Order: sequence, then structure tokens, then C-alpha cells
Amino acid sequence: MSPVLAGVLQLLALMAALALAYRPLGDYMARVYSSPRHLRVEKWIYKGIGAHPDTAMRWPAYLRGVLAFSAAGVLLLYLLQRLQGSLPGSLGFASIDPDQAFNTAASFVSNTNWQSYAGEQAMGHVVQTGGLAVQNFVSAAVGMAVAVALVRGFARSRTGELGNFWADLVRGTVRILLPLSVIGAIVLVACGAIQNFAGIHEVGQFLGGHQQWQGGAYASQEVIKELGTNGGGLANANSAHPFENPNGFTNLFEVFLILLLPFALTRTFGRMVGSLRQGYALLATMGVIWVGFVALMMWTEFHHGGPALQAAGAAMEGKETRFGIGGSSLFAVSTTLTSTGAVDAFHSSLTGFGGGLTLLGMQLGEIAPGGVGSGLYGMLIMAIIAVFLAGLMVGRTPEYLGKKIGTRQIKLAACYILITPALVLCFTAAAMALPTPPHSMANTGAHGFTEILYAYTSGANNNGSAFAGLNADTPWFNTTIGLAMLLGRFLPMVFVLALAGSLAEQQPVPETAGTLRTEKPLFTGLLVGSILIITGLTYFPALALGPLAEGLAS
Amino acid sequence: MNNSVTHTARLVGAGLRALLLLTVVCGVLYPLAVTGIAQGLFPHRANGSEIKADGKVVGSELIGQRYDLPLAKGRETPRPDLKWFQPRPSHGLGTNTVNTQYKLLLSGATNRSADNPELLTWVKDAKAAVVRDNSVPGYRVRPSQVPADAVTSSGSGLDPDISPQYARLQVHRVAERNHLPVARVAGLVEDHTEGRIAGFMGEPRVNVLQLNEALRDLTGS
Repeated sequence: MSPVLAGVLQLLALMAALALAYRPLGDYMARVYSSPRHLRVEKWIYKGIGAHPDTAMRWPAYLRGVLAFSAAGVLLLYLLQRLQGSLPGSLGFASIDPDQAFNTAASFVSNTNWQSYAGEQAMGHVVQTGGLAVQNFVSAAVGMAVAVALVRGFARSRTGELGNFWADLVRGTVRILLPLSVIGAIVLVACGAIQNFAGIHEVGQFLGGHQQWQGGAYASQEVIKELGTNGGGLANANSAHPFENPNGFTNLFEVFLILLLPFALTRTFGRMVGSLRQGYALLATMGVIWVGFVALMMWTEFHHGGPALQAAGAAMEGKETRFGIGGSSLFAVSTTLTSTGAVDAFHSSLTGFGGGLTLLGMQLGEIAPGGVGSGLYGMLIMAIIAVFLAGLMVGRTPEYLGKKIGTRQIKLAACYILITPALVLCFTAAAMALPTPPHSMANTGAHGFTEILYAYTSGANNNGSAFAGLNADTPWFNTTIGLAMLLGRFLPMVFVLALAGSLAEQQPVPETAGTLRTEKPLFTGLLVGSILIITGLTYFPALALGPLAEGLAS
Repeated sequence: MNNSVTHTARLVGAGLRALLLLTVVCGVLYPLAVTGIAQGLFPHRANGSEIKADGKVVGSELIGQRYDLPLAKGRETPRPDLKWFQPRPSHGLGTNTVNTQYKLLLSGATNRSADNPELLTWVKDAKAAVVRDNSVPGYRVRPSQVPADAVTSSGSGLDPDISPQYARLQVHRVAERNHLPVARVAGLVEDHTEGRIAGFMGEPRVNVLQLNEALRDLTGS
């Protein structure tokens, strides 16, 4: 069997597995966020927080919950790292410097998992398992909570109430992420991922001498870092490390985990707004873009342009033998079209066009299928933009799911889509204009520029993958990327929740013959077009300077 | 003003309590439960799939090693011990720079781009070396025969595998150096070639440590 055919079969198997999980998981999540019942463990947690899970919140209260919880997260994670040197169970690792500790805290709380440190030589068990991995769960649960609040905004009318943040946070963690993680982690260990607390120990070698390994809770963190579209692993090499991703099956399984919740949430959305077909239209939009990107990535990687890859005979630089080019292409596309940022092959060594695809995937706003929660709300914002554009064309007040898209709604949606590009382009321009930051580049020319563009794109979109040649552990990059991650995560959430509040207050308008049918393929086409055109117009000049220049030269 | 400060503090306090409680669930109970199950059901795998020979651990099935001669004086890098099957290059594998207490393995890739001149040099040098080292009397290796994995570094720098093509390319050299018939060594490579999982997942591969272990059994050295 040719590697190309094997790659295509892996894509088909993945689609089949996702399709099987779609209905039961999507419906289950809709029940989780709609059920009036509380589990006993949840009641204990609410009691400890001092929260009343049945109190409905209006959008400002919901937002305050999100921000307070996330601020607590940054604070605790920062302190854990700063005190690491004095904590037990830290394997002798020193405390992390202030700028890097800020960067890492911002990174994990914002669901980005950008890592300017090398996992196995910086973080001990306590910070990894008790700090970073916890944020892998809860930052994902916060994303889902905000998405569900927006869905309620569409589903409810003449109320400003969006549900209870604490209940949504705890339920998402306890009922969705935790059980799936336990199952996933056991599958990974059964296939070879490690799970122990052995600390740093010596292991004999074939020709004598020793290797030093760091043991750790690899499998339990690996599964949630994919499932929660986080991406921050224990090892520097991330999911390319054999302890995190031991073979071709686990590789495919990890891609499955990355895509599982973001795709299934469209079903949850359809269920909650009372029209499954509306959910399918979003699913189709996500699916078309994702499959298109996979096809392009496989084409350019199997084609291996670029002098060094041509000399080698295949694009195997930065890739593992056991995954090959097909499996690595699938992973690279899935990790950048979601907010994951885990890598099983190093993006800096992809072909020029391949690197450009990973960059473009993030720049689309990570909505195909996107991060858990953030993918759904990002896609819903784009749907609002698309009905607005369609409304302009026919001269009609646009509406979506029976809610009028008026001045306030479109202003909020526009602010949402402007935030990230503004962060990415301003910070990139500043870094290029200042004298010192460009010294961090590992490659020269167009690729060097792409390293910096990639860093801010990855940060502001909360992805976390990197053109890792860039030395990002400098005060400048730690601070600015840290800010980009926080602003790129929480400002959009402000607009999403404000929008949700304004939608929930509306009285639905009755559907007429003139209503745009947003569950039809025509709308999916319009949506895909709007996404590509808006992103293209925003980023094209920057892309032309980086990956396009590199790809066309090879 | 004062009121809103107290209110914010109360809210962040609630956030902290929520975080601490969820830390108990996700950061303590969850990893301990998974570790317990993993150690109970799959202790060998959960501890790193170690390979033993004569009761001694010789490494992990998952982690690549170097098979080099002792470092000669005046050289920066050791020469490969051509008696053994050779793994992929690992230019990206780093050394510990932060934790001075240990000499940890630091996984990593080169992160060199496809148009990077240094990478091009590495690839060309590696190709020339593979051709030179593996050409033995009666068997000449052509540059076009050298597979890409033989001249590129992996993502982790710890790739335990090589492609079956690269393993077969080394058969004549290994046979000659160990005074074994070519067919015996070729058979060894065939026995250690793993196909794709379920026929389509991943790529065919040969685990270098297991192959060398089998070779050592054969030579009795």
C-alpha cells in the first residue's frame, strides 16, 4: 500500500469514528447543560464555592464569573511556578523566572498552552499534574460554558438569563471531560504511553552507560491536552515524544480526541436551539474546511518542496518514522484548525506551503472545528457576519435563528473578529521593528519572519503550537505573547457574552418566505466563503511576506 | 468604589475555591486513579516499555539510542559503531541547560526550515556518509537508494525506529562487520519489520534497539 493511500484511509477511518461518536456525544452534552439535576459530588463542590447552581445569571454576572475564575487560575499557576523550588515533589527543579511564569500561567489559563520552557527540564510533578494539567481541564470547561451561554442566547427569548457559570463549569469538567479522559488515558497506556511518578531515574543502554528519564503522569495529561484542545504536554517534543504518542494508532486516536468535542458541540447546539439541521449546517462548514486543509497539507507534504527536503527525498525532517507523512499531516491540520497546538511533527520543518497552511488554519479563527467551545462560538459569530452580508445584498434586516441581527449585535460580532488580527499584526510589526526581538529567529529570510508571525498568531488565537526555532524565552516574547494570549482569549469572550445577553432579551421574529434558510447547503457555501474572504483580506499581506514567499521560491 | 472592591475580592475568592476543589478532582484524584489502573493493568507499558537482556535493562522499546564508538580524542562527535544498525540522525536532541543536577534527555527537533542552508548541508553530508558506510565490496549503495529517514532528524530526536528500506540498506555492512551471512542478517530485518497497524495506521518500521538486540544474540558478543 502506498503511503498516500494509507494517509487517505486514516482520514476516512477518522471521519467514520467521529461520525459514530457525533450523535450520542452531542446529545449527551445537550442533556448535561440542560438537566435540572445535580450529582452529589457537584453539590459538594458548589457548597465549597458558596455558589447556588440554580441561580440564573445575566450576561454581566456570567462574565464576572468567567473572569474571576480565570484570574484565580493565573494567580495560582503563577505562584506554583514561582515557588516550585521550595515545593515537595518538584524533582529538584528550580523556581521559574517571573516573565516565564507569567507567560506560562497566561498560556494555560487561556487554553493556549504556548510553552516557552522545555517540559522535561523545567517542571516537576506538582506543577505539571497539579497546576498545568488542571488548567487543561478547566480552561476547556470555561470555553464550553461560554459557548453554551451563547447557544442559550439564541434558544431563549424575552429573558436576559444565560444560566449559571459555576454550574456550567463544574458540569463540563465532571460530566464531560473527566469520564472521557479516564477512558482515553487507559487506552493510551495500553498502547505504550507512560503513567508513573518515578521521578528522574537512570536506565541502562545497549552499549553501556545510562540514559536519564523523567517519569510522570504522561498519559493522563496527554489525553486531556488533546480532548480539551489545549496542547501543552510534558515533554519538549510534545506528541512527537514516544512516551506521549507511542505508535500509529495512538497518533490517530489523539487526532480523534482533538476533534471529538468541537465537532460534537454542533449537535449540542442543534439540540439546544431545537433544530438539528442548523447544527448540521455548521458541522458541514467545519467539515468542508477541515477536509480541504487535510487534502492540501497531504499534497504539499508528499510533494516535499524546498531544497533540503528535495535533497532528502521526502519531507521527513521533524517527523517520526512511526507516523509518516500522512499521519503527521492529519495531526498538523487538526491541531491548528482547533485551538490545540499539540504537535506530532515540527511545523517549522514542514514545506513552505505546509507551514503556511498551519498558520492560515489558526488565522481563520480556529473554527473548523475550533477549540472546545471557542470553535462553536467563533463559528456562530461568523454565521452572524454571513447573514449580515446576505442581508446587505438583498436589503433586508438580517436574522439568524429567529433573532434580529441589529446594530448592537453586528457591532459586537465585528469587535470579536477584529480583536485577534489586531493583536497578531500589531505585535508582529512591533517585534520586527524593534532591534532585539528578531535576534530570537533561528532561520533567516522569509522563514524567520514567519517564525514571529506564527508566534503571535498562535498566541492570540490560543493555539500554542510554534515554529519552534524561535527562542521565545526572552522577557519581550514572554510578556507580549502572554498579553496576546490573555487578550485574545478574554476580550472575545466579553463580546460573545454581551451578544448572548442581547439575543436572549429579544422576542423571536416569525419565519417568512423572505427569511434566509440557514440550514441549507447554500448557507454553508456562503459561510465558507465569508470565512475565507474575511481572513484572506486580513492576513494576505503578512502571509505573502512569509510562507507564500518561501513556498513560491522552492 | 469600596463596595465594588469587596465584591470583586469576594468573587475572586469564589474563583479560587472553585479552582482548589477542581484541582483536587482533576489534579490529584484523576491522575492517581489513572496511575493506579495503569500500574495495575499495564505495569510494563506504564513504566516505559523497558527491554531487558540477561536481566539487565538495555533501554526502552520507545526511546532511540546512539550506537557509537567511544569518543576519540580531538573529535567533537563520536563515530558510529558500524557493527550495529544505525538509527536516524538526531540534530535536534538537546542537552539539559536548566537543571544542573541532572543529565536529562531533552527531546526536540531541529526546527530548520526546508530552505535552511545548514539543514541542506546536514542532509547532504548524511547522505554521503550513508552511501560510504554501507557500500561494501560487492554491494554499492547508490544515493537514490537512501531513504529520507536516514538523512533527516525526527520530531522528538528520540525516534526508536527506522524505515524498512533503511534497515535493508544496512544489511550488507552489518553482515560484513559481524562476519555473518547476508541472508541471516536480512532475515533478521524481515523478522523485525512491523507493518502498519491494522494495515493502514502509521508507517512500516523497524525498531533499532530490538533489531540490534537480536543481532547481539546471533553474534553472541
